[in-house]
Amino acid sequence: MQLTNRSKQVSNKEMTMAEKMYLPSIVQGLAITIKHFFMKKPTIQYPEVKRYLGPVFRGHHVLKRDEQGRERCTACGLCAVACPAEAISMVAAERKKGEENLYREEKYAAVYEINMLRCIFCGLCEEACPKQAVYLRHDRMVPVFLERDDIVYGKDKLVERLDDRYVRMNSEVKATPTEPSLTKAAT
Amino acid sequence: MVSDELDIATKTNVPARNDETPVQYVNELTTLNLGPTHPATHGIFQNILQMDGEKIVSGEQTIGYIHRAFEKIAERRPFYQITTLTDRMNYCSSPINNMGWHMTVEKLLGIEVPKRAQYIRVIMMELARIADHLICNGILGVDTGAFTGFLYLFEERENIYEIYEEVCGARLTTNMGRIGGMERDLSPTAIRKIKEFIQRYPKVLREFENLFNRNRIFMDRTVNVGGISAERALSYGFTGPNLRAAGVDYDVRVMNPYSSYEEFEFDIPVGQSGDTYDRFMVRNEEMWQSLRIIEQAINNLPEGPYYADAPQYYLPPKQEVYKNMEALIYHFKIVMGEIDAPVGEVYHAVEGGNGELGFYLISDGGRAPYRLHFRRPCFIYYQAFPEMCVGSTLSDAIVTMSSLNVIAGELDA
Ligand code: SF4
Ligand code: SF4
Repeated sequence: MQLTNRSKQVSNKEMTMAEKMYLPSIVQGLAITIKHFFMKKPTIQYPEVKRYLGPVFRGHHVLKRDEQGRERCTACGLCAVACPAEAISMVAAERKKGEENLYREEKYAAVYEINMLRCIFCGLCEEACPKQAVYLRHDRMVPVFLERDDIVYGKDKLVERLDDRYVRMNSEVKATPTEPSLTKAAT
Repeated sequence: MVSDELDIATKTNVPARNDETPVQYVNELTTLNLGPTHPATHGIFQNILQMDGEKIVSGEQTIGYIHRAFEKIAERRPFYQITTLTDRMNYCSSPINNMGWHMTVEKLLGIEVPKRAQYIRVIMMELARIADHLICNGILGVDTGAFTGFLYLFEERENIYEIYEEVCGARLTTNMGRIGGMERDLSPTAIRKIKEFIQRYPKVLREFENLFNRNRIFMDRTVNVGGISAERALSYGFTGPNLRAAGVDYDVRVMNPYSSYEEFEFDIPVGQSGDTYDRFMVRNEEMWQSLRIIEQAINNLPEGPYYADAPQYYLPPKQEVYKNMEALIYHFKIVMGEIDAPVGEVYHAVEGGNGELGFYLISDGGRAPYRLHFRRPCFIYYQAFPEMCVGSTLSDAIVTMSSLNVIAGELDA
C-alpha cells in the first residue's frame, strides 16, 4: 500500500550464489570479531576508574548554604509539592534571636528529609526552589545503601558541609531559566 | 469416555483427525509458560502456549505484570509532573515519550514553540529512535545466536546516553524538555557530541549490517518467520516499523508532521511481507534515515530562544523570581500546578520508537488531566502475537516477539 511518495523498498530476500554458501558469512563474522580484539576497549574498570558525569548530571541532593555559611532553605515546601514521587518532607521552625548566622531567612527547615527510595532524580525540586537551596549535585551519586535506616536522608547528609562546598561551575552551561548558575552573583 | 476426550480435542482447537488417533494426540499437547520471567521475553509478560511437540498450536497472552496505573496516577498529577511517568513507558526511547507529552499539553494550552526548540526536540527524538532500534535489532541478533553485533552496537548506545546526560542530566529516565520548550539550550559539548556521533555511527552501523543483512544463517532464521499481511496488520492497528515492514508506508512524521518534521528530508523504508527479516531491515534503514534527519537538524539549527514566550506556563528565570513580583507569582503558580488550562480534548501522536505513540488528554480545566489515555503501540502488537506465532516453532516465536519490539513498560503502562 502506497500512501506517500517517500517509501523505499529495503528488503531483498533473494540470496545470491555466494550468499547461499554458509562459509563466507562465517568468515566475515569471525574477521569482524577478531578485528575487535585489537581495538581500544570501551569498558572502564568502574570502582577504580569513574566516568565523567555531565555538568548538569542529576545526582546526590545538596541543601546549599549562602556565602556566609547560612542555610538558604526557608521551608516553603515548594520542592515537596513539585516532587512527583512525594519523597520530600520537612518541618518548619522559626529562627530565634542569635541564629542569624545559621539560617538566612526567618523561617527555616528544622527537619528536611528526602526518602532516597522514592526519589527518582527527576530534578523538579531543583527547578521549583525559589531560594536556590536544593540542588542535585553533578559530581556525586547517592551511594548504595545496605541498611533500611540509611535510606531517608536527613539534614545531616543533605546540608552542604562548610569544608566541602558545592559549586556547579561550568562556563559552557549558561544560566538558564530553570537551571540557575551557581556563580558568585547567585549565592 | 471416548466422546469426552473428543470434546477436549475440540476445545483445544486441535484439528479433527481421523478416528483412531485423537486420544493420544490430545494428551501430547504440552502447556508451556513462556514468561513472565523467561530470559527470552525481554520484559515481564507471559505467554501460555499449547505446544504439539515443537509446534505452537495456540497461544494466549497475559499482561499486567508491571502495570503501574499511569493513567490513573496522571489524573492527580499536575501536567508538568506527568513527564516523569512517560519516561517509564518505552524506556528505550524515553525522550520521544517526553516530547510527545509536552506537545500534547502545548496543543491544549495553545503554545507555539520556537523553531530552535523544535529542532532540538527533533534531534533528541531521532537519537532516541536510533537507541531504540539498535536495541531491538541487537537483541534480535542475540536471539538468533549472534551476540557480537549487539555488543558492538551497545557501545554507541552508551554514547547516545551521554548526549542525553549532557542535555538533561540523566541517562535512562530522562525527564527531558518542559512544557513550552526545552529546559536548557544545547551546550557546546552537547553539540560536539552529537556531531561526533553522526560521524562515528555510520561505520558502526555498517559493520553491524555486514554481520547480519546478508548472512545466510540469520536469513534462514528470520525470512518468512512471524509474518503478517498488511491487511491483518492494519486491522490490528499496527503502526510504526512493524506496519512498514508489511509494506504500508505509514509514518506519523510524514502523514501528520509535528515539531517541524515537514522541513526534513527522509525516506520511509518499507518491507515486503511483514516477516521478521523485513522488520529487521526496516529498522536498520530507519537508523540511517534518523542519522540523515539529525544531520540536517544540527547543521541548520536556528538561532533564537529555546522556550516559548508563555510566562504563565514556562518557569521564569530565577533572577526574575527574585526581582519581579509577576515572575514570582508565576513561579509559584506553575510549581503548585495552578495554571489555567482550558477545558477541552486533544489527541496528539508522535512516531515513537515502535509506532504511533498517542496521548489522548481530556481537561476539565483543573490542575491535572480529567482523563489521560496513552495509545501504546506495544499493547497492540502484543495482541497479534498469538496469531503470528501459531504454527511456528518455539524458537521462531521468540524471534518474532523480539522483532516486534514489545517492551513491557509500554505494554502495561
Ligand atoms: S529529584 Fe525529583 S523525585 Fe527526587 S526529591 Fe527532587 S523532585 Fe523528588
Ligand atoms: S529547598 Fe527550596 S523549595 Fe524546598 S522548602 Fe527549602 S526553600 Fe522551599
